[in-house]
Amino acid sequence: MSFILVAEQILNGLQFGVMLFLMAAGLTLIFGVMGLINLAHGSLYMVGAFAAAAVAGATGSFLLGLVAALTAAAVAGAIIEVAVIRRLYKADHLDQVLATFALILIFSEGTRWAFGSFPLFLDIPDWLSGPVSLPGGIQYPLYRLALIGAGLAVAAGLWLLIERTRIGIQIRAGENDREMIAALGVDISRLYTLVFALGAALAGLAGALVGAIQSVQVGMGEPVLILAFVVIVIGGIGSIKGAFVGALLVGLTDTLGGIFLPELLKLVTDPSTASTVGASVASMAIYILMSIVLILRPTGLFGSTA
Amino acid sequence: MLKTLLTATTALALCAGAAAAEIKVGMITTLSGGGAGLGIDVRDGFMLAMEQSGRDDIEVVIEDDQRKPDIAVQLADEMIQSERVDVLTGIIWSNLAMAVIPSAVNQGVIYLSPNAGPSALAGAGCHENYFNVAWQNDNLHEAAGAYANSAGYTNSFVLAPNYPAGQDALSGYKRFFEGELAGELYTQLGQTDYAAEIAQIRASGADSVFFFLPGGMGISFLKQYADSGVDIPVIGPAFSFDQGILQAVGDAALGVVNTSQWSKDLDNPANNAFVESFQAEYGRLPSLYASQGFDTANLLLSALESADPSDADAFRAALRAADFESTRGDFEFGPNNHPIQDIYAREVIQEGDVYTNKVLEVALEDHADAYASECNM
Repeated sequence: MSFILVAEQILNGLQFGVMLFLMAAGLTLIFGVMGLINLAHGSLYMVGAFAAAAVAGATGSFLLGLVAALTAAAVAGAIIEVAVIRRLYKADHLDQVLATFALILIFSEGTRWAFGSFPLFLDIPDWLSGPVSLPGGIQYPLYRLALIGAGLAVAAGLWLLIERTRIGIQIRAGENDREMIAALGVDISRLYTLVFALGAALAGLAGALVGAIQSVQVGMGEPVLILAFVVIVIGGIGSIKGAFVGALLVGLTDTLGGIFLPELLKLVTDPSTASTVGASVASMAIYILMSIVLILRPTGLFGSTA
Repeated sequence: MLKTLLTATTALALCAGAAAAEIKVGMITTLSGGGAGLGIDVRDGFMLAMEQSGRDDIEVVIEDDQRKPDIAVQLADEMIQSERVDVLTGIIWSNLAMAVIPSAVNQGVIYLSPNAGPSALAGAGCHENYFNVAWQNDNLHEAAGAYANSAGYTNSFVLAPNYPAGQDALSGYKRFFEGELAGELYTQLGQTDYAAEIAQIRASGADSVFFFLPGGMGISFLKQYADSGVDIPVIGPAFSFDQGILQAVGDAALGVVNTSQWSKDLDNPANNAFVESFQAEYGRLPSLYASQGFDTANLLLSALESADPSDADAFRAALRAADFESTRGDFEFGPNNHPIQDIYAREVIQEGDVYTNKVLEVALEDHADAYASECNM
């Protein structure tokens, strides 16, 4: 177990974490401000990836693909907010889950109808491909470093938006007391559409960025969605800061657990059993983490106790 | 869209002609959700052969199992009890196959598998009504092990998802590979990020990497592997290199050696005609799944020439004779009704804009599976 391997795995964990943050940030914002459980968030991630693949394929430009992903996901988010989600704010969570689950099915089959059943091609642009050498002799893919950078930049931008702008003040106020800010003359339904589109755009961006190193296919969003829910439960529902810390915790736990648990087990049992059992335990690691956090802090790390 | 309409119309037309049909075939396959590409290819290959046969006394009932075992079981019950099908086929996934096949064949239905070949149904659980027209699950992985020996590799890093077919894959590879293992990893089923595994491969000092990651998992792995700067050669079964997903992997797959019982460039009359007519009919190159669907239908048609399903013994014997022109060349059934066939090593190449496979060599000749001896029929 060399230093290089450990360092590389920590970078992998960070990269996974910041991408989870992009998903979790939108989810937690939407839940925090509107009190809505949005299962279709994974579909917006898929919309972003497909838009990026289609536009990057047609124009040859990855950056245009990213712009398309942001736009398509934001527009899709705004449309479903106005057409469907708006009717659900007063409904109970079970109705919201049912309706947004229906949206997943509609998006999946709609995407299959438009793009076919086979995965699409979206590749890393030339100027970001290949490994770079880091201090200490670590070889690490440049694109993954760029993902870490992009994720951190978005996190910083989101913090500025929420803490330092008028919109941010309205969003925070909306989390605390919907009736009061409506009474103060803020157009609450416009604010909701805006927050929903913002969350959707972040999911779409994550889908496009991750799509370049994974496969762009129907149903790609749902596994990420489950992890994003774990992140916001750990971080505290509604808290952007919690989503950030939770995403990094989940990213690092999942990556490092997958490597070190089988290695630890090899000390006490034969390699074949160790890798089977280790892999099974490692896939539970983040849920164990979630349980521990919930036992110690039932509202999550940064959740409001109210 | 037009194609969907056409298929739907064909299906409707077939339903309308139900009174005239004498033989009923039920196809349960995956047509929606993540694994739909495979089921669609099997269906298209199967229906192409049906169409070419020109027979109008065969009715094919096609249903979507959504890759869910409970739905597959429900569909099978419906097809056997209310549709009264003579033959069932179509299932892609081993877990669905295990849920459907044992009870279907016990009810006297003939099952022809165009894809899944779980070991449990090849050994002690074999059945005279169950025929596998694709391969036993371990076969392609065994061929990968044999190819690794002939390529001179002595130290392999192996990885597969942590589920029964993944465990079968690694044991298949290890059954034939004679070198050492530099590392052995089980990943999560459906995992999309392989950075952690690639870091371990980099640190392992292996001279070759064997992986079994079907569908989207393989796309992710190959793209990330190519970008990581690790240049250890990769070997895998054809499931990560079929025609449907190669275009999504792109350059990252070029030069990778993979094992398959079929390839688009196998030079025999049946295959040349199949590739040409499939492309003309559907506007895309066939995958190995399409070839398996096509062969399954042709096996069925050949048996129907000489026997009627109502005479079960004669019909089984006609199927066992496997008297049809397979797209893979030589094809016969072993004692457990699983194929004995050549398995090839192929290399991924680029033809114009299209990524496809080229046969390198025969990895295993007239290969039968390891479980045939446990089968008592």
